[in-house]
Amino acid sequence: MGNQSLTVIGGGLVGAAIAYGAVRSGIHVRVLDQGDTAFRASRGNFGLVWVQSKGHKLPRYARWSRDAVTRWPALQQELLQLTGVDAGLQQPGGFWLGFSDAEMKARCALLENVNQHGGEVPFEIMNRSKLVQYLPGIGQAVVGGSFCPMDGHANPLMLLRALHAGIICRGSEVISGVEVARIRFDSEKQEFETFSGDGRSWKSTRIVLAAGLGNARLAPQLGLNAPVFPTRGQVLITERLKPFLRYPMNKLRQTLEGSVQVGSTSEDVGFNDGTSTERIEWLARRAVTTFPALAYARLVRAWGALRPLTPDGYPIYQESSSCPGAFIATSHSGVSLASVHCFVIGAWMSGMAERPPDFGVFNGDRFANSK
Amino acid sequence: MTVEIADLVIVGSGPTGMAAACEARSLGLSVLMLDEQAAVGGQIYRGIEVASLPRTNILGDDYAAGRELAANFRVSGATHLGGAVVWNLSSDGTVDYVINGKSRKVTGRFVLIATGAMERPFPIDGWTLPGVMGAGAAQILLKSAGAIPTGSVVLAGCGPLLYLLAWQYFRAGIEIRAFVDTTSPSAYLRATRHIGGALRGWRDLVKGLKLRTALRQSGAAWYTGCSNFSVQGNGRAEGLAFSHRGCAVRIPASLVLLHQGVVPNTQLSWSIGAAHRWSPEQLCWEPVTDAWGRIGEAVIYVAGDSRAIVGARASAIQGRLTALEIGKQLGVASDIERRLAVLQRELRQHLHIRSFLDVLYRPLDEFRIPGRDDVIVCRCEEVTAGQIREYVELGCLGPNQTKAFGRCGMGLCQGRFCGLTVTEIISSARGVGPADIGYYRVRPPIKPVLLSELME
Amino acid sequence: MTTNALFSIPESSGHDMVTIAFEGRNLTVPAGISVAAALLSNGVSDFRSSVVGQAPRAPYCMMGACFECLVEINEFPARQSCLISVQDGMRVRRQLGASAINIKDEL
Ligand SMILES: Cc1cc2nc3c(=O)[nH]c(=O)nc-3n(C[C@H](O)[C@H](O)[C@H](O)COP(=O)(O)OP(=O)(O)OC[C@H]3O[C@@H](n4cnc5c(N)ncnc54)[C@H](O)[C@@H]3O)c2cc1C
Ligand code: FES
Repeated sequence: MGNQSLTVIGGGLVGAAIAYGAVRSGIHVRVLDQGDTAFRASRGNFGLVWVQSKGHKLPRYARWSRDAVTRWPALQQELLQLTGVDAGLQQPGGFWLGFSDAEMKARCALLENVNQHGGEVPFEIMNRSKLVQYLPGIGQAVVGGSFCPMDGHANPLMLLRALHAGIICRGSEVISGVEVARIRFDSEKQEFETFSGDGRSWKSTRIVLAAGLGNARLAPQLGLNAPVFPTRGQVLITERLKPFLRYPMNKLRQTLEGSVQVGSTSEDVGFNDGTSTERIEWLARRAVTTFPALAYARLVRAWGALRPLTPDGYPIYQESSSCPGAFIATSHSGVSLASVHCFVIGAWMSGMAERPPDFGVFNGDRFANSK
Repeated sequence: MTVEIADLVIVGSGPTGMAAACEARSLGLSVLMLDEQAAVGGQIYRGIEVASLPRTNILGDDYAAGRELAANFRVSGATHLGGAVVWNLSSDGTVDYVINGKSRKVTGRFVLIATGAMERPFPIDGWTLPGVMGAGAAQILLKSAGAIPTGSVVLAGCGPLLYLLAWQYFRAGIEIRAFVDTTSPSAYLRATRHIGGALRGWRDLVKGLKLRTALRQSGAAWYTGCSNFSVQGNGRAEGLAFSHRGCAVRIPASLVLLHQGVVPNTQLSWSIGAAHRWSPEQLCWEPVTDAWGRIGEAVIYVAGDSRAIVGARASAIQGRLTALEIGKQLGVASDIERRLAVLQRELRQHLHIRSFLDVLYRPLDEFRIPGRDDVIVCRCEEVTAGQIREYVELGCLGPNQTKAFGRCGMGLCQGRFCGLTVTEIISSARGVGPADIGYYRVRPPIKPVLLSELME
Repeated sequence: MTTNALFSIPESSGHDMVTIAFEGRNLTVPAGISVAAALLSNGVSDFRSSVVGQAPRAPYCMMGACFECLVEINEFPARQSCLISVQDGMRVRRQLGASAINIKDEL
């Protein structure tokens, strides 16, 4: 592989996981990332490593998510040994909570549907009295829930740091403060040249676009299509509390450090990553309805972060046909999928493995008409 | 939820806020003042309405001056809400605050941020030990409770407040074990270049000189040009160690009061996305405003020490100026131009001495940017200077990424006590000026609030 | 740790006094002062243990900014004692590490 090199644009969770995976496949990688205040979903997300209900419209995605949570422990171990950074993975199983019988019914149908199409994701529907055994202190308004033993959570910030440290430990580079403006492909030499806004440039034989929201603008330069748009999620976080929650829930979890994270909204507000008092108060109410004792927990911070979403919510993984060696990766489950982004996508995009089977469904071309 | 409306909502009841309120009321504006403290006065005039005569005597004339301002404020007709914690400010003038366990909203046609200053962090080995406090904190204990040190006390650092406290203790008959001065000997020379300005503010200068002379005669051991601080002790402060003229000195003390100036409290201005500039003279961030303190196109103004450190009297004048300017915007007064001109002249008088003080009491690099890796920078999350430097090695360019990598700034103080230090550590590690390093993205809540308080 | 008080309040006489309990010990202090001032002038030098390293901590800023002065007041965790005035009958304890929230089953 001596003269092969890979440029990864974007050092968020997706870019860093793929870059780290590529590095461990033996290729030299250079990650180009923006500065301190960039839109970076990887810094503002909820930290679930989640599989239940994923892919109910796309069975391949259900299996992809299941593979991901199964392979997470291996990633966690490897990063911990290599870098000493603990990404904080815990997989005790996780809950979705329902607030009405109608919601419970719909949930049950949805989870069954996933499995009818080969999802093979175990789950259990619980009524309130069973739920209380797992989640003492749960509020009166909760009527039941679904439990999946494969669900869990991690510390996304430590994961990001571990990936960056891992890339550097293995001799590759992360260059921050780079605003990629343009990419040129030289088909004769099979070489990509990436130009930053301030006039610097880097050459490589392969390139991965993993710039989150930035992909929308960069993809067409390499004959790819990635109509990602921002969906704002607001999240609350409390002061650290003594451990009281053993299981993560889809809307609330206690981190290893003890703070309780409450999430998240879904808002279409363009590139505004601010917060609004109405949504903050709404999230606070929902948290206290779910766990009344949280009334006396202190809110330390609220934030807004922009999810890079595709029109159907599923990821894009694709190699360019007009610029071979150029790839794109966009996913709004960068935490859950970190392991497969590393072990599978990293190996594929660095040229050390074939494209995973049945991956045509993740082509960005499926949005050809939805620019 | 019913939303109240006021012509002017003022956050902070120190000299800036009280003076602005008085002026705005004289123009007939409706004024609502919010402060998390129960009583008015801010930090400088803490306890001003209840301080006994002997206590006021100890504290001196500058403190006593607050009494008249507070009294005027009380009869001004402005509404004062004590115990009101502002947790969100929007650029449209909406203020969310918690009072008596409930969140409420008020919309100001204009909002004045008058949240004053806080003591600059003093990150040295052992500064988290019980028995180590800011000198300003000890002064608040004196103002608000009449509390004075009992055991052996050391004052260390530099700046007018430190001398003032020493003088107040002296008047209260307290023996100071040692005064450890970090003012750099060469600063005196550099400061003389600004003596012209200082002479025009000669009253302040004379006061300062008198104070120093009185102190040096007080008999406290006095060390100048000191470095390499370390508070020693097991579970609590037992002494301050430092180098003095090449010798290691250790002074036993149960109370170590640190101070190296104050810096603007910029949480609110950052939170609305205002631009801030790094002041190379005052080594801190200042919101960018027009001459009257207005932030961008917003209806939000900032005055007094939360705009830039100017001291109590100048702050009060700025508060008045801002109120007049707002009156002008609202089209209420006729002779505003004349009143503005008078106040501006007065303000200049008070600002003459500033550059002299800035140069003289510039805190030394080693006390702002810990050289030792094991010094705690983030007191809440217990993150050290060495860890910040390690994240810089990993590619972090600024404080938001180091925060993500190591939780520095994520605790209950919300970065107030580590923010400046982190910016400067990254700046020196990368060899890039603080202006290009930036600051934390400050988000609501501006102060931590209980979830129950947000549930109306 | 309770040691010789770091501070004293000499002008106490002539004030209204209130009594608060610190970890079972009754302290009689002037009305109107902050809980932090009351503790500091009664030999309490260690208010809480830190959340990460369990190290002893005590008030640093006295103006509500540093959150070093947290104590438990009337069973309510992590109160800022420098911002809260003493009230007769108040029960105060050290804040040990993070706040605990009180789970009661709502069956
Ligand atoms: C509120 C919220 C909750 C979430 N919860 C979860 C969850 O529980 N579990 C889960 O698995 N996922 C969750 N996600 C999604 C997860 O955060 C994203 O999938 C993931 O962060 C996407 O990573 P990314 O690297 O594609 O994008 P980002 O993290 O946005 O990173 C993109 C990077 O590219 C850089 N960049 C962009 N343009 C350029 C350019 N021109 N030049 C150079 N660099 C550039 C940016 O600076 C940035 O560092 C959540 C997201 C949000 C917003
Ligand atoms: S002493 Fe700093 S917040 Fe109370």
